Amino acid sequence: MTVPISGKEIARQIEKKFPQGIIESSPQALVVDGKSLLEIAAYLKNTRGLDFDYLAAITAVDYLDYFEVIYQLTSLKHNHSLVVKTRCYGRESPSLPSVVGLWRGADFQEREIYDLFGIIFEGHPNLRRIVLWDGFEGHPLRKDYLRW
Amino acid sequence: MEVDEVYSREQLDEAEGKQIEALKARSQQPIPDPDEWLEEELKRNILLTSVDALLDWARRSSLWSVVCFPACCAFEFIATAASRFDISRFGMEIIRASPRQADLMITAGTLTWKMAPQVKRIYDQMAEPKWVIAMGACAISGGIFASSYSVVPGYNRIIPVDVYVPGCPPRPEALLYGIRTLQKKIAKRSLINQGR
Amino acid sequence: MVIKTEPFVVNFGPAHPSTHGVFRMRMTLDGEVIVDMEPVFGYLHRGIEKLAEERTYTGCIPLTDRLDYTASMTNNFAYVLAVEKLAHVPVPARAEYLRVIMAELQRIASHLIAVGTFLNDCGAFMTPVLYMLREREKILDLFEMACGQRLTYNYMRVGGLSQDIPDEFVPALKKFVQVMPGWIDEYDQLLKENEILLARTKGVGILPKELAINISASGPVLRASGVKWDIRRADPYSIYERFDFDIPTGAVGDCYDRYRVRIEEMRQSVRILKQALKGLPRGKVRSDVPHLFRPPVGEAYGHIEAPRGELGFYLVSDGSIAPYRFHVRASTLINLTALRDMMVGWKVADAIITFGSIDICMAEVDR
Repeated sequence: MTVPISGKEIARQIEKKFPQGIIESSPQALVVDGKSLLEIAAYLKNTRGLDFDYLAAITAVDYLDYFEVIYQLTSLKHNHSLVVKTRCYGRESPSLPSVVGLWRGADFQEREIYDLFGIIFEGHPNLRRIVLWDGFEGHPLRKDYLRW
Repeated sequence: MEVDEVYSREQLDEAEGKQIEALKARSQQPIPDPDEWLEEELKRNILLTSVDALLDWARRSSLWSVVCFPACCAFEFIATAASRFDISRFGMEIIRASPRQADLMITAGTLTWKMAPQVKRIYDQMAEPKWVIAMGACAISGGIFASSYSVVPGYNRIIPVDVYVPGCPPRPEALLYGIRTLQKKIAKRSLINQGR
Repeated sequence: MVIKTEPFVVNFGPAHPSTHGVFRMRMTLDGEVIVDMEPVFGYLHRGIEKLAEERTYTGCIPLTDRLDYTASMTNNFAYVLAVEKLAHVPVPARAEYLRVIMAELQRIASHLIAVGTFLNDCGAFMTPVLYMLREREKILDLFEMACGQRLTYNYMRVGGLSQDIPDEFVPALKKFVQVMPGWIDEYDQLLKENEILLARTKGVGILPKELAINISASGPVLRASGVKWDIRRADPYSIYERFDFDIPTGAVGDCYDRYRVRIEEMRQSVRILKQALKGLPRGKVRSDVPHLFRPPVGEAYGHIEAPRGELGFYLVSDGSIAPYRFHVRASTLINLTALRDMMVGWKVADAIITFGSIDICMAEVDR
């Protein structure tokens, strides 16, 4: 049975190493700051005992004040999972660092989030529209996108 | 290996995007259906010669389709072509990808604006006489996806459609009925052409 | 004398009979060898995630049918599992058994198409496809008995199923389960040691184990590369802990391994079906859930082992009758990440086979 690890427990383990990185932690998820996302993700992937080598999914949600990007991490070796979230603010060009260097599975998913939400992932090798055509105006999955 | 591409990827994408937006701009109204064959007057006043009847029989008994399989209806079309609902008994087992050798396009699936220029190009490349069967709810009017931002509400925005087969997806028997209806239409083809 | 060659870019267009849907590849070829490749998709992007935000939770189920249309039952299953996780809705025992029966039948039907079209790409023109579609018709008859539809079933509901199975279903299923292993053996006998198949698929399109984990591959693609990860065993959902089945894995991760894994999975599905039939209880098939059902505020990620990989749904609820966010974790989109690595250096014919062996469904890639 895949054990979902509590965000609070991970926060306790890493708060000394990344004091500013953690915004909040709950049993369901660990919310980190956009700037320390890459370091925390690398730590989660490479530390023995955590070994989160499999990125199950990346999603984004538009909560009008901010965009939240959710990472579902799994460890195949230890069979446990963790949810990491991060937020980015601003409607014009919100941006976050890209985790493609750590997990290549993020490639198409980040491009899709850029296409449908407009969140820019810094460090992504090929950030272009993927499911919509070049020249499409707007980002459809935002809550303020009007179709007609 | 060093490759000097003539066009870069960004340029190709941009050109494709312009093509899609141009097609979208000029497809705001549906194309009227070619349905003069249903007019009662024509049936009474014109006699067919035996050559015309033979040509029409040959055309309708061996309709060759072109591959146009975007979405789910494609699997009902493949099931119709398989051994249980055998489309080969109507002479239609040839489903080649070559538009020049085809005279029927069965549009099996939702059409999106991104795909629309490609479908229009395939339709334009088909040689006359050619017919179109719109298969499924998505092909008729956009179906369950009609209100989406990227779906064309029906193939009749970009190409003229002869027969509409409703269903989501239509059963193979329904598709065969649609093909039979098209065959009746083709039987009257010389009838219509002489009337002009 | 050395002949100077020049690479050229060829468009492997969206309307192509071998691309299993509307998939486009821009290939840079040096003669027949692929030097570079860029996949382009989005030709079937219908905006399902946005449309779901306007529909009720039950009304989203027909949208999930049309995601991976060759495996609609498992799509429904993943979605209702995610909603039940979000709202803690109990499911009656008979519904659980029937769900497993439908999911495993769907797995067999989907693998039949996958293997049939893969062999079509390999060059066995129509024979395997016609044989496998013949078997698939028998499964579709069973589905039609249960819910009236052949392709997009809309059968599962939040809290169970939409209706109970008729009386003739169980005897028909018993008969099917008895003869299906014989048919799988028939295909195997024709193809397992076939020289042409071995020459065309062994060693072609290798996906190494570390790369497969790094790109978050799932399903037969991951298992053929040697990783024994099946969500039915690793994170059991519904009642899969009660059933006894093996997880076939491959050694190398080439096209032949992916083909073998699918054939073996069909056998294991028949095994699960036999066990589920034996234990099928009586009772009702749906727990009482209001029609315009409002789950509590929160979020949930529910995932299952669909025939093509890990299909997950991420749902966010704000307490109203429609989901606030509906995201599909599409297994086939993520499996395609390493396509370029698997194709570069091979010839065009091998590229078609590699692509066919990953077994994608464009409606799920594009959503």
